[in-house]
Amino acid sequence: MEPRWKKFGPLDNIPVQGSRRLCVDHKLGPIAVFRTSEDSVFALVDECPHKQGPLSEGIISGNTVTCPLHNWVIDLTDGVAQAPDEGSTTALPVRIIQGEVYVGLPMIAEKAA
Amino acid sequence: MNMNADTREHLIVIGNGMAGMRTVEELLKQEPGKYKITVFGAEPHVNYNRIMLSSVLAGDKTIDEIVINTREWYEDNGITLLSGDAVTKIDRDARTVTSASGLTLGYDRILLATGSKPLAPPLPGLGLPGVCAFRDIADVDKMLAASRTHKRAVVIGGGLLGLEAAWGLKQRGMSVALVHLMPTLMERQLDAAAGQMLQRDLDRRGIAFFTNGQTEEIMGTERAEGVQLADGRSIPADLVVLAIGIRPNIDLAKAAGLQVSRGIVVYDDMRTSDPDIFAVGECVEHRGQVFGLVAPIWDQAKVCAAHLAGDDTAVFVSQTLSTSLKITGVDVFSAGALMAADEADDEITLRDDSRGLYKKIILRDGKLVGAVLYGEVSDGQWYLQLMRDKEDVSALRERLVFGRAFAEAGSGKPAGPDFAAMADSNQICGCNGVSKGTIVGAIKEKGLCSLTDVRKHTKASASCGQCTGLVEGLLAFATGVDAKAAKKTICECTEASHDDVREAILAQELKTMNAVRTAFNWKKPDGCHKCRPALNYYLLCAWPGEYSDDSRSRFVNERVHANIQKDGTYSVVPRMWGGLTTPAELHAIASVAEKFNIPTVKVTGGQRIDLLGVKKDDLPAVWGDLNKAGLVSGHAYAKGLRTVKTCVGSEWCRFGTQDSTGLGVKLEKMTWGSWTPHKVKLAVSGCPRNCAEATIKDLGVVCVEAGYDIVVGGNGGIDVRVTDALTRVATEAEVLEYTGAFMQLYREEAHYLERTAPWIARVGIEYVKQRLVEDPEGRRELNERFLHSQTFVQDDPWAERAKGAEAHEFAPLPALEEA
Repeated sequence: MEPRWKKFGPLDNIPVQGSRRLCVDHKLGPIAVFRTSEDSVFALVDECPHKQGPLSEGIISGNTVTCPLHNWVIDLTDGVAQAPDEGSTTALPVRIIQGEVYVGLPMIAEKAA
Repeated sequence: MNMNADTREHLIVIGNGMAGMRTVEELLKQEPGKYKITVFGAEPHVNYNRIMLSSVLAGDKTIDEIVINTREWYEDNGITLLSGDAVTKIDRDARTVTSASGLTLGYDRILLATGSKPLAPPLPGLGLPGVCAFRDIADVDKMLAASRTHKRAVVIGGGLLGLEAAWGLKQRGMSVALVHLMPTLMERQLDAAAGQMLQRDLDRRGIAFFTNGQTEEIMGTERAEGVQLADGRSIPADLVVLAIGIRPNIDLAKAAGLQVSRGIVVYDDMRTSDPDIFAVGECVEHRGQVFGLVAPIWDQAKVCAAHLAGDDTAVFVSQTLSTSLKITGVDVFSAGALMAADEADDEITLRDDSRGLYKKIILRDGKLVGAVLYGEVSDGQWYLQLMRDKEDVSALRERLVFGRAFAEAGSGKPAGPDFAAMADSNQICGCNGVSKGTIVGAIKEKGLCSLTDVRKHTKASASCGQCTGLVEGLLAFATGVDAKAAKKTICECTEASHDDVREAILAQELKTMNAVRTAFNWKKPDGCHKCRPALNYYLLCAWPGEYSDDSRSRFVNERVHANIQKDGTYSVVPRMWGGLTTPAELHAIASVAEKFNIPTVKVTGGQRIDLLGVKKDDLPAVWGDLNKAGLVSGHAYAKGLRTVKTCVGSEWCRFGTQDSTGLGVKLEKMTWGSWTPHKVKLAVSGCPRNCAEATIKDLGVVCVEAGYDIVVGGNGGIDVRVTDALTRVATEAEVLEYTGAFMQLYREEAHYLERTAPWIARVGIEYVKQRLVEDPEGRRELNERFLHSQTFVQDDPWAERAKGAEAHEFAPLPALEEA
């Protein structure tokens, strides 16, 4: 099913090598967007697979973010933890159209917009 | 498995130590399931790495970290472990063994691995409480308990074990004296010159030595009170540790009628005089030799396992051994001969006293037969291999003593060991007995690409770390990616060490993280979460006012100026200068807590108030309200100056000698806002009763009638370390200058995330004294640099953010519309 695309304003709302949590109440959990040093943008469910730490507070290097609670390193492209740790968080699709960031939220699991 | 139906031969292993269990591991590798295996162990533990007990004592490792095989491992391999039950009798006629608990079991084969016992000379007072050996977990527990309640320790024995015990106890905050029978330390492994350098270095680190000391008596009535030497010297002590040597534990074998001499006599196949009974480890004697180091014992285990598995061809050959000492910052290596045996042998020596370097090699018939290294030991394994290979090194003779890089540079040989020519069975890691074949296999099968991964999967170089260079070399060989050997790098992104980077930042005037990463060919353009905070700090420290802080390279706490808690909320700690507060400040804190529904309000150990459970979105408003009452950030989240704890001092206290509270406020006003390699806590006590606990702080001041004692390098936390005395000064102004200079020395020279305690353990308190006490001009300059850098950082980060700075940090991003 095609996700529901929501617009979150200009790319510059997100600091380079930084992250913002989104104001959405989604069944999947809190969602955050991440911007890398090369201006790629990714969205993940903002919970580390380890102890649900807020990934949006982590240090972003390359296409990875390091969880601030116990230093698990999560791949931003697919939400998978780097070895030797194992686990993953959900990655959501992102589009940038005319400098505006859109995140695709899955329809089925949604509680309220 | 139904035990009754088990028709396999029964192997009983007596001794659950490193040698016995290594043999079992080897056996399981070669012939899994051949035997039904029962293991008896006298200690109530699983199998652990006894070599690392000194690291546990020194606080570098925990007991859990030195466990080799867990209980699950025994279960998974179908091995019955009877721990805490020693075997008391072997009946070879009935072919049974009987244990202390009364259990009698029949056997087909026995493996004796009873280890050794500490040597205990017949000294009066040996049985007193407060006297122990240094052999097992129980001994370490006794020593740790004594270090918590008592002050003075005497270690008898200046060999490897005694020195590691002394260092560990010193690290635990005891004052330590070491008695040694001989004129120089470690005389079996080091020549006199290296032994003296070692003694000088440890003496500087605060261990008192009594060499040529023959212990006559351990004095005391209720418990140990001191040690009396034969020449009349006497040393007070609350704890006496005997570490004068070991002897093989042969009692059981002797009672069973096996042939024994110094140890249980074994032949080249590791069989005792009874062919169904094998023996390995420290309990054996092979061709007149007994064993105390781990490397030959691994070889024994392998040979013994081969015979148990049915391979009759394996033979044990004793090889040249090497020694190293596990004391942080003291590097010692020796192998083979310590000195020329006669005039035909050649000794080549390199000695640099001011740098604390010493290298000696011994040549016989053009071959290397011995090496003693002090201060710089990275070439030790190379020398050892040259000895084992018995290669002719005449061509290298003139360069050999300068180490491998230099010796091979002119010889046309590739630098480094020839990994391609090395046999798969060649042992790389002596502590864990890991061979080249095992490491290369793991790298290839599991696609390992970092030293950390190799350590995790194979245990190679995971214990003492001496073979780290070799493992890195093998990694490079197996993956084809060149890796430079043998130094501790900042992280996996680089080959550069902390010191390399700090030097280059100044020497090459590197002023951005990218410049540093380019200069050192960083592997990842962005770096990683380990190197970025370190580089950010080093640049901030080197170029105050010039380098602009990269908030994206800071850990979340330092970026948002609050402490993240496990549920993702934050804690907020306003500063209370010297622990002082006012009714108005308390009102403001109370109002904030009510207004923002802050669930927990707690008084901290640093004499201030912690507001816990603040939602991130609320942080700027909370700070705004606190600011209005004059409260600023307490930097409770920072690798920086935290608090200055004080007692009430002469203003109120009837014992107070000086105004400790006032001095604490001055110190905090001077040092707040500074960034440091790790957190820094200060304290000022108004008299030697020390109510502010100044002697476990990074820098403490203890006021006395005559002035101020300044003490440094203390630590609470897991590894309690008592401060070292720095100096005594007469005025508050001097206290402030020393504090600024100490802060700056620590800021400029420690590694990122290194507290003052391990930093001083690494560089030595004498070095700190040399820079701060003996060099007044240098001290003034350090203090000036500190005060200069302070002019750029003493702005309240809360005030800026309450006014709207970095707003994106604190508010989530709203959805605008649907596409």
